[in-house]
Amino acid sequence: MASGIAAEAAAPLPATRRRSTRRRFVRRKSWIAFLMALPLIALIGALVVYPAFYSLYLAMLNKGMEHFVGLGNFSFLFRRDLFWMVVKQSVIFAVSAVIFKALIGFVVAHFVHNIPAKGQRKWRGMLLVPWVIPPAMSTLAWFWLFDPSYSAFNWVLSRIGLHGVPWLGDPLWARFSVILVNVWYGAPFFLIMYLAALKSVPEQLYEAAAIDGANWWQKIWYVTLPMMRNIIAITVLFSLIVTFANFDIVRILTNGGPIDQTHVFATWAFQLGIEGGDLPLGACVSLFMFPILGVAAYFILRDINRRGNEA
Amino acid sequence: MSAVLERPRTASLRRERRWALIWSYVFLVLFAVLFLTPPLYMLVTSLKTSAEISAVTLPWWVFHPTLENYFGLFDSEAYRTFFRNSLVVSLSVVAITMVISILAAFSLSRMRFWGSATLATGVFLTYLIPETLLFIPLFKIFAFVQDWTGIEMMNHWWVLIIVYPTLTVPFCTWIMIGYFASIPKELDEAALIDGASYFQVLTRIFLPVALPGVIAATIFAFTVSWADFLYPMAFTTSVDQMVLPAGIVTTLIKGDVYNWGQIMTAALLGAAPPLLIYAFLMDYYIAGLTAGATKG
Repeated sequence: MASGIAAEAAAPLPATRRRSTRRRFVRRKSWIAFLMALPLIALIGALVVYPAFYSLYLAMLNKGMEHFVGLGNFSFLFRRDLFWMVVKQSVIFAVSAVIFKALIGFVVAHFVHNIPAKGQRKWRGMLLVPWVIPPAMSTLAWFWLFDPSYSAFNWVLSRIGLHGVPWLGDPLWARFSVILVNVWYGAPFFLIMYLAALKSVPEQLYEAAAIDGANWWQKIWYVTLPMMRNIIAITVLFSLIVTFANFDIVRILTNGGPIDQTHVFATWAFQLGIEGGDLPLGACVSLFMFPILGVAAYFILRDINRRGNEA
Repeated sequence: MSAVLERPRTASLRRERRWALIWSYVFLVLFAVLFLTPPLYMLVTSLKTSAEISAVTLPWWVFHPTLENYFGLFDSEAYRTFFRNSLVVSLSVVAITMVISILAAFSLSRMRFWGSATLATGVFLTYLIPETLLFIPLFKIFAFVQDWTGIEMMNHWWVLIIVYPTLTVPFCTWIMIGYFASIPKELDEAALIDGASYFQVLTRIFLPVALPGVIAATIFAFTVSWADFLYPMAFTTSVDQMVLPAGIVTTLIKGDVYNWGQIMTAALLGAAPPLLIYAFLMDYYIAGLTAGATKG
């Protein structure tokens, strides 16, 4: 390395020639760079961006996909009560699940953070297990726990003198159950994110707060939360998208039932499009996930730009 | 004076801390029980005979443990096919993902070209597009390709190798960009001056230095492709073409009487590979999980 620099310094090339070789070098370099990114561009272009736009077109065809019906599918959906029920249920499902995931994650992260450092690894390891198990598999376990005749939960309830609960049989309880399973699956993710964020809050800030006489609540409100604001925002945003688009849990637990009361966009779109054979209508339903995506994309882009400006 | 004031205060502080600690443990135990109930119940059920499952006894305990369900599954042709399909699909997806995302991350974080910064942001945004939005248009597109080229796309396990990278590549590229960007520029400049090619810089310097990132991304790609449920449900229908999650749900759950011992065993064995990876590589797993938010 040293000899290379020395040689260059000893025999400088004429200025013009050096500039043109340099330009050629830069151009060649960016060509190589482009070629290296090409598989990524091709993959995302062909299998993400193109289908996303294609679904816009697909949603405007008739069931047989022979002719263009414009917004016919949309107006058909707007006239169905079930559609509005699915909108409502998707929002209830996503918002309440994310709130509880965020709260439980936050609280449990504090408990883990409170105990001596050498025990934390073990607890963190145990508490992340729900996130590691493929959701389709763990939902089967929940399905079995909710089983109408052999429910292990109802067994416990009857032992303490309560009535059994129709976990998946009653529309309200079924809604509760799908949210419960989603919270169980997603809370550990929040826990891990918050724990990482808690570790990055400097200890001095808490000491300073303690000297000023802050109680534990004030410490959380004035020190922890402001320091974790970014992580909380991005995790909630992420989780909102994923929960909104959830398919596995509802599909396996209730498949939309009883009487279609637990359908969310993804499961209803699957039922209409793949099982019912009406691809355009299914595409149309799944397109209603776009608004939430747009909002999320806006906030994330703003965040990236702001960080870019700070740097 | 100050010493006199200090003593009771530190004592009360210490007592307060001890109580905080006790409460923390109490709640941690409570949450651990809540979080671990379903997997443990899976294990308990998988060790039971059908007779014990339908008997009215304590459901949370096994009185006559047996491995009958496990042997039943090992003998099942269908289950072995699911497992093999899952393994082949996941390993291929991991290989494809890592090649695409490492090349792209190297190019986007170091070499730059016209539009590369926009592309890096775009990659992150595509990670946000859920699969539930894409499966219907992809279904139609595959039918289209089938008509045009004659290649049968529907109901083949290898179609999953084509679609799963859309779930893994954006995030893995994003992780790798983060790790590559943290490597000091002097390192690769020095190698370039010494006459190394870009390929050598990548394989001799970047990959070894960013090895933790490579491992984290590999784990992510494997677990995601192992766990996916929607695409196999949409694109595969016959038993010999299915992967684990879809296979278990569609073939074992049928009729009025479910064989729960078998279902729980199948689910537990299906969850085993990610759990084992997690048990041995927990730190990498968590690094991959948190990389998205902290490095972005």
